[in-house]
Amino acid sequence: MAATSLDINGKTVSVTAAPDTPLLWVLRDELQLTGTKYGCGIAQCGACTVHLNGQAVRSCQTPIAAAVGAKITTIEGLGGTHPLQEAWVKLDVPQCGYCQSGQIMSAAALLAEKPKPTDADIDAAMNGNICRCGAYQRIRAAIKDAAQNASGVAVAKA
Amino acid sequence: MNAPAKGFTPSRRDVLVVTAATAGGALLVGCSPATLLSIGAKTDFGAFGPFIKIAPDGAVTVISKHIEFGQGNHAGLAAIAAEELDADWDKVKVEQAPAIAKVYQNIGMGVQGTGGSSAIANSWMQLRQAGAAARAMFVQAAAARWSVPAGEVTVKNGVVGHASGKSATFGELVADAAKIKPPENPTLKDPKAFTLIGTDRVRRKDSAAKSTGTARYTQDVHLPNMLTAMVAHAPRFGGKVKSFDDKAARAVPGVVDVFKIPSGVAVVASSTWAARQGRDALKVDWDDAKAERRSSDEIMAQYHAIASGQQTPDGEAKWQVFQTGGDPAQPMSGTVVEAAYDFPFLAHATMEPMNCVAEIGGGKHKLTFGSQIPTVDQLNTGKIAGALPGSVEIETLFAGGSFGRRANFQSDYVSECVHIAKHVGDGRPVKLVWTREDDMTAGYYRPMVHHAVKVSLGADGFPAHWRHRLVTQSIMKGSPIPAGKGPDATAVEGAMGSPYLKATPIVDGQVSLPPAGVPVLWWRSVGATHTAFVMEHTIDQLARKAGKDPVEYRRALYQKAKADRHLAALNLAVEKAGKAADGWTQGVAVHESFGTVVAQVAEVKLDGGVPKVGRVVCAVDCGLAISPDQIAAQMEGGVCYGLSAALYGQITMKNGIVDQKNFDAYRVLRMSEAPTVETYIVPSANKPSGIGEPGVPVIAPAVANALLAISGKPTLSLPFVKPA
Ligand code: FES
Ligand code: FES
Repeated sequence: MAATSLDINGKTVSVTAAPDTPLLWVLRDELQLTGTKYGCGIAQCGACTVHLNGQAVRSCQTPIAAAVGAKITTIEGLGGTHPLQEAWVKLDVPQCGYCQSGQIMSAAALLAEKPKPTDADIDAAMNGNICRCGAYQRIRAAIKDAAQNASGVAVAKA
Repeated sequence: MNAPAKGFTPSRRDVLVVTAATAGGALLVGCSPATLLSIGAKTDFGAFGPFIKIAPDGAVTVISKHIEFGQGNHAGLAAIAAEELDADWDKVKVEQAPAIAKVYQNIGMGVQGTGGSSAIANSWMQLRQAGAAARAMFVQAAAARWSVPAGEVTVKNGVVGHASGKSATFGELVADAAKIKPPENPTLKDPKAFTLIGTDRVRRKDSAAKSTGTARYTQDVHLPNMLTAMVAHAPRFGGKVKSFDDKAARAVPGVVDVFKIPSGVAVVASSTWAARQGRDALKVDWDDAKAERRSSDEIMAQYHAIASGQQTPDGEAKWQVFQTGGDPAQPMSGTVVEAAYDFPFLAHATMEPMNCVAEIGGGKHKLTFGSQIPTVDQLNTGKIAGALPGSVEIETLFAGGSFGRRANFQSDYVSECVHIAKHVGDGRPVKLVWTREDDMTAGYYRPMVHHAVKVSLGADGFPAHWRHRLVTQSIMKGSPIPAGKGPDATAVEGAMGSPYLKATPIVDGQVSLPPAGVPVLWWRSVGATHTAFVMEHTIDQLARKAGKDPVEYRRALYQKAKADRHLAALNLAVEKAGKAADGWTQGVAVHESFGTVVAQVAEVKLDGGVPKVGRVVCAVDCGLAISPDQIAAQMEGGVCYGLSAALYGQITMKNGIVDQKNFDAYRVLRMSEAPTVETYIVPSANKPSGIGEPGVPVIAPAVANALLAISGKPTLSLPFVKPA
C-alpha cells in the first residue's frame, strides 16, 4: 500500500493506512498517539478533536487524505505546559478524564482565535464536546483562568 | 409506626454464599470464599502490607483496591492513609491494586469491587489502620535508633523527629522501619487532630495525566502482536446467530479471522478500522425466536395495566409489599391527590464505550481493562477459560466512566472478549472494541418504571394514607445472588424507608416486577433515579394542595419522622440559596441515598418551552468530609448527569429494536446547558458515606418542582423534553 506522509506535532511521519481511513484511527493505532480518543465516530462528541492548521476538527470524520499537507496537532503536541493544561490541573477539571484531551484541544483553538472569550464564545466553541461526567463548570472556569494567564504571557512577550 | 419490609439488598453474606457456590467452594468446609477465590494469586506484600508501599527514597504509594472512573476516590483513599501516616501529601502516589479478593475485597460486598458509593466508607478504618501501623513502625525505628522513648517521637510531613533536634526522613528510616513487626491495633488519631482530611489540600492525583493525554485507558492498550476485535451483535435482545456469510469481511485488508461466539460473530483484525470495515461487510442471519420483540411502549402499557388493576400480575410479577403501616384496608377520605409517573429506559452512555483486552491460553489468563468488580470478572473469565478464578490476572486501568455499567454479574463485554481471545489462543492479546452504537444498543439499561401514587391528606394537611404502586423490571433477577424473601430493594429503595412514609399513619406500598427480555442494570443512584423523583415531586403537589409552602411542609414532615439530617441539609441549602434571581423560579428537593443526604435548590426558567437550569445550590451530609473539593466535583457532575437524563434521556424500542444508537439520537447535556453548581457541606463527625451517586437523583425533582411553581402543572413523565 502506498504510504501517506503527514505532518504531526511538527514531525513528518509516513503511514500505510488507506487514504480514506479516519485520522483518528491512524493516530491511535498506527502511530500510537492514544491521547486522542474515540467516543462516537460521527462528529457528535468531540473526544477525537485535533488541530488542522490551528483549527479544531473531529479526527473521526477526517480521512487522512484530507489532512495531507496540513499541520496536525494532537494533545501530545500541546506540550503539557500549555496554559490550558496548567489551568486544568490547578482546578482539578478532569473526572474520568476520557473527554479531556478533546476538551483541551477545542479550548486551545478557541483561545488562539479569541484570547479573551466570553461565556457565549465558550458555549459556541465547546458545545461540540460532550463530558458525560459533567465537568462543564470547571472546564469553563479553567478556560477563563488560562485566558487570563495566557494573555499575561502574550503581553509580556510582545 | 410503619416499617419497610425486609428489603432484598445484597448483603455481604449473600454475595459470599454466591461466590462460594459459583466457585464450587461450598464443598470446601472451613475455607472462606474470598480465600478460595484467591488461590493462585500473589499474596506477598512489602513490610507495610498490601495498602502502603514506601520506597527506599521515602516515597509513599497508597494502593487503591477501588477503580478510579471519575469519582475521585483515589484522592480520598490516599488521603486517609496519608493522614494517619503523616506522610508528605504532595509526594504521595496512588496505584491500582491487582485482583486478589482475599486481600482487597470491598468490606461491604465480600468480593473485590467498587459500587454503591462505598469506596471511601468501606476503606475508612482499613486505610486509617494501615497508615497508623506504618507510622508506628517509623516511630519505633526512630526511637530505637535515637534511644529515646517512642512516645516522644513525632512525625510530620514524612519527617520523623524528636525534641532533641534529631530528625530523619522516611527514606532514611525505611530500612529499619521495615524490620519492625506491624502493630495489630495501632493507635488512630483523634479526628480533631486531622491536618489533611477535610482540607482543600486533598486534591486529585491524576489531573496532570488526564490533561496531557497520558492517562491509560483500555482503548489505549497496545501490546506486541495484539489483534483488535469487533462483534456483530443481534439487533434484538435475546437474538442468536442463525448463519453468516464472511466472504466480504475476510476480503477486507487486515481482517485475520471471523468466527461465531455466544454473543454474535467476531471479526478479528490487525487494527480497529480494519475490524470495523470487516464487521460492516459481514452478513449475518439472526434467529429471533427467543428475542424480545415488544416495543418500549408496549412494555409500559403492561406496567400501566398492572398498576391500575386491569391486569393481575402472577408468578414472579405478583405484588409484593415493600412498606406497610396502619390499616391499608381503610378507605381514603378527605382530600385525595393522585399522580402516576413514567420513567424510560436509560443508557449509561459512558464517555469511553465498553472494551477489554484479554490474553488467554498458553498458561496465561490475563485481562487489562477498567474492571469494576474484579472478583466477578475473574469468576466469569475462569469459567470460560477453564482456569481457577484466583489465577486470572487483572490489571485495572482508568475507565472513562461507568455509572454502574461496568458492574454486572454476567461480565458481558468481558466474557465476549475472553471468548474471542480463547478462540485466538496462545495467550495472544486481543482488544475488543465496542463502537458507540454497540455500547448504546447493548442494553443493561436503567429499567423503565411506572409509579402510581394516591395520597389522602388529614385535617392538618399532611399525608394520612399513602398508597403506592410501583411496576418495573427487577435488576437483581438473574444475578447469582439468591432471591431473598422481601422485594428487590434496588427497585424500591428511596420510596421504601422514605421519611415521608415514616410520617404517614397508613401506608400501603407494593411493587410488581414483571419480566422482560431487556437486560437492565443499576444506573448511577439506582432506585433513587425514580423514587426520589416520585417522592419529592409528590410532596410538592401535596403541599400545594394543602396550601402550604413546600419547604415548610418538608420541615414539618422531617420533624415528625425525626429525619434530622434531612432537615439540616434542607435548611442549609435554602439558607445558602437565598432568593431566586429575577426571572428565575426555585424548586427544592431532598433525598438520602447510600447513607448521604443531599438537598438541592434549582433555579429554573422556561426558554422556548425547554427548562433552563441556571444555578443549583447543594447541601450535602456525607458524614466526615474527606475531600471537600471532590465532594463539590461530584455534586457538579452528579447534577449534570441527573439533569442530562431528566431533560433528554430515553432509550426506546420499536419491534424490539433500539431506536437510539449514538449521541445524535440519545441527546445528552452540553456545555451551554450546564448549570452553575454551589456545594455546601453539613458539618458532621459521623463516619464518611458515599458521594459518587447521591447528587444525581435530586436534581430532576428539584427542576420539576420549579416547573410546578411556574406553570401549576406536575411533570408526570421523564424526560422533560420529548423528541419531536
Ligand atoms: S469520536 Fe469524533 S466526535 Fe466523537
Ligand atoms: S471527565 Fe469523564 S467524560 Fe469528561
